[in-house]
Amino acid sequence: MNWRRIRAIAEKDLDEVRKNRIAVVSSTILAVVFSIILPVIMTQAMVLEGGTSSDNITSLIPPALQEEMGSLTSQQQPVVLFLGYLLAPLFLILPLILASVIAAEAFVGEKERKTLEALLHTPATDAEMFTAKVVASAVPAVLYAWGNFVVYTVVVNVASYPIMQRIWFPTPIWLPIMFWIVPAIALMGTAATVLISSKVSTFMEAYQASGGLVVVVLGLLVAQISGILFLSPLIAIVVGSFLFAADAFLIWFGIEVFSRERLVTRM
Amino acid sequence: MGVAVATEGLTRTFGAVTAVDHITFHIEEGEVFGLLGPNGAGKTTMVRLLNALILPTSGSATVFGKSVLQQGDSVRSMTGVLTESPNLYERLSARRNLTFFGRLYGVPEADLKSRVDRTLTWLGLADRADDLAGTFSKGMKQRLALARALLHDPPLLFLDEPTSGLDPSAAREVDTLIAELSRERGRTVLLCTHNLVEAQRLCDRVGVLANGRMIACGSVQELAQRLWSSMAVEIDLLVPPPPDLGEILGAIPGLSMVTVEGTRIEVRVNTREQVPEAVSAIVGAGGQVLRVVPREHTLEEIYFALQKEERS
Ligand SMILES: Nc1ncnc2c1ncn2[C@@H]1O[C@H](COP(=O)(O)OP(=O)(O)OP(=O)(O)O)[C@@H](O)[C@H]1O
Ligand SMILES: [Mg+2]
Repeated sequence: MNWRRIRAIAEKDLDEVRKNRIAVVSSTILAVVFSIILPVIMTQAMVLEGGTSSDNITSLIPPALQEEMGSLTSQQQPVVLFLGYLLAPLFLILPLILASVIAAEAFVGEKERKTLEALLHTPATDAEMFTAKVVASAVPAVLYAWGNFVVYTVVVNVASYPIMQRIWFPTPIWLPIMFWIVPAIALMGTAATVLISSKVSTFMEAYQASGGLVVVVLGLLVAQISGILFLSPLIAIVVGSFLFAADAFLIWFGIEVFSRERLVTRM
Repeated sequence: MGVAVATEGLTRTFGAVTAVDHITFHIEEGEVFGLLGPNGAGKTTMVRLLNALILPTSGSATVFGKSVLQQGDSVRSMTGVLTESPNLYERLSARRNLTFFGRLYGVPEADLKSRVDRTLTWLGLADRADDLAGTFSKGMKQRLALARALLHDPPLLFLDEPTSGLDPSAAREVDTLIAELSRERGRTVLLCTHNLVEAQRLCDRVGVLANGRMIACGSVQELAQRLWSSMAVEIDLLVPPPPDLGEILGAIPGLSMVTVEGTRIEVRVNTREQVPEAVSAIVGAGGQVLRVVPREHTLEEIYFALQKEERS
């Protein structure tokens, strides 16, 4: 493995992603909505309304959290429940989408814009090209999720201060999510797109196909809300481990798909 | 001089199509070798095989002694390829395109900038270096793609139709550059082209492909000799020839006089080497030679004769 070549390919791919309007616009919009607009609306609604009828909320709180939530006021409860717990799986959409967009650009973009053959003529090995493109997709996606997490932390604490009277975010569940599940999800978006890329020939097709993965995350959210799956730090670690195992499997297939021979003959 | 490229029964099929069919040939170091043949004959497939982009179905090939089967990555580090289409990152600048490929081909970081600048200047793109490649005209894209192939100064160049789409003077410049690379820098070149005049001017030897097979391989002269047993030589004399000239020439093996028209005679010789022999025989018979023009067969004639032979 020649790291200079890997770095050159990854940097070139990111240069190209920066010129892709869909990638830039969609990741900016998502960042603003999730990290700023959502927490602000939520807290301001509570400030204005002065709390909800506590029956509704109490029925939503899973047994595991009853104790912790019990000590909160009816104005504080929804803030902690929504911003501290329910939104957590939704935050996984950020790295998932960015990883898929970059991977679509890196793996299908070359094919679509007919630049692949010159790259294949270079001494870069199949493994180097594959690694570079996976790194270029997954690493920025993870950094992006972390960046959003920092902004979200600040916005949540500031906006909810009038209600909470203390700095309460992040709750423990966020740490395994951010540092364990987010990297797993970013890799998953990448690996799935690599597999899709062998079947499609345009960026848009790849982008749309991998958008289907978002459904998986929305499923997690629904499970979360309906109380079937309540993310505790332990469950987060287990879920993350399963995702990593699935990643390893997908990447193994991806390496099979990503060979010069196949890329040239399917060009 | 060593051997740059050697193949042995090289074959590649795609489903029912045999794109390259049991080809055995070699390219000498420092030589310009032309690969000719109609559309779909297998030229681009040959370039891909010799760069280990695709593997042979059977047979083998080596590039500077390295096998394309086992050492594909090191083969690719010794070659520079001008692909059939320019393959440029159109949303990146010309300079960015070249620095990217420079890094992949292992140009040292300290030399990279000056190497890129020099190559851009060499190919007349210095004043457009920071413009996006997508804004270039077809000819400029072709030159940038050529810059990419030359940047790391590889000992072996593959040029797949380098002058297609270029205006006549740009095509001439590219031809000059190829000649310079070979004669002055000792680089080996494999040139795929449909331009037979260009091939005749540049190539030391050519290989003619048809349906994946190499139907002929050699220098233009060798091919002409193989196709036609004799060649015509036009000779102008100061005064009409002596009447017995036909007999005198006819007596020499491999020579014959075909026609006399006033002061112009046409002689047939079996080989090029016999031209001086014919001239001295004429002079010996009292002919006053003014001008001798061997009518050598052009590559174009050879090409069409070969294709015709192939069809029948
Ligand atoms: N990936 C592929 N899949 C199927 N067939 C292929 C593939 N690549 C090449 N071929 C076939 O192999 C044959 C040779 O193609 P090739 O591109 O080598 O021709 P060429 O001599 O370069 O032609 P041209 O002068 O048009 O560039 C053609 O019949 C082509 O259809
Ligand atoms: Mg071709």
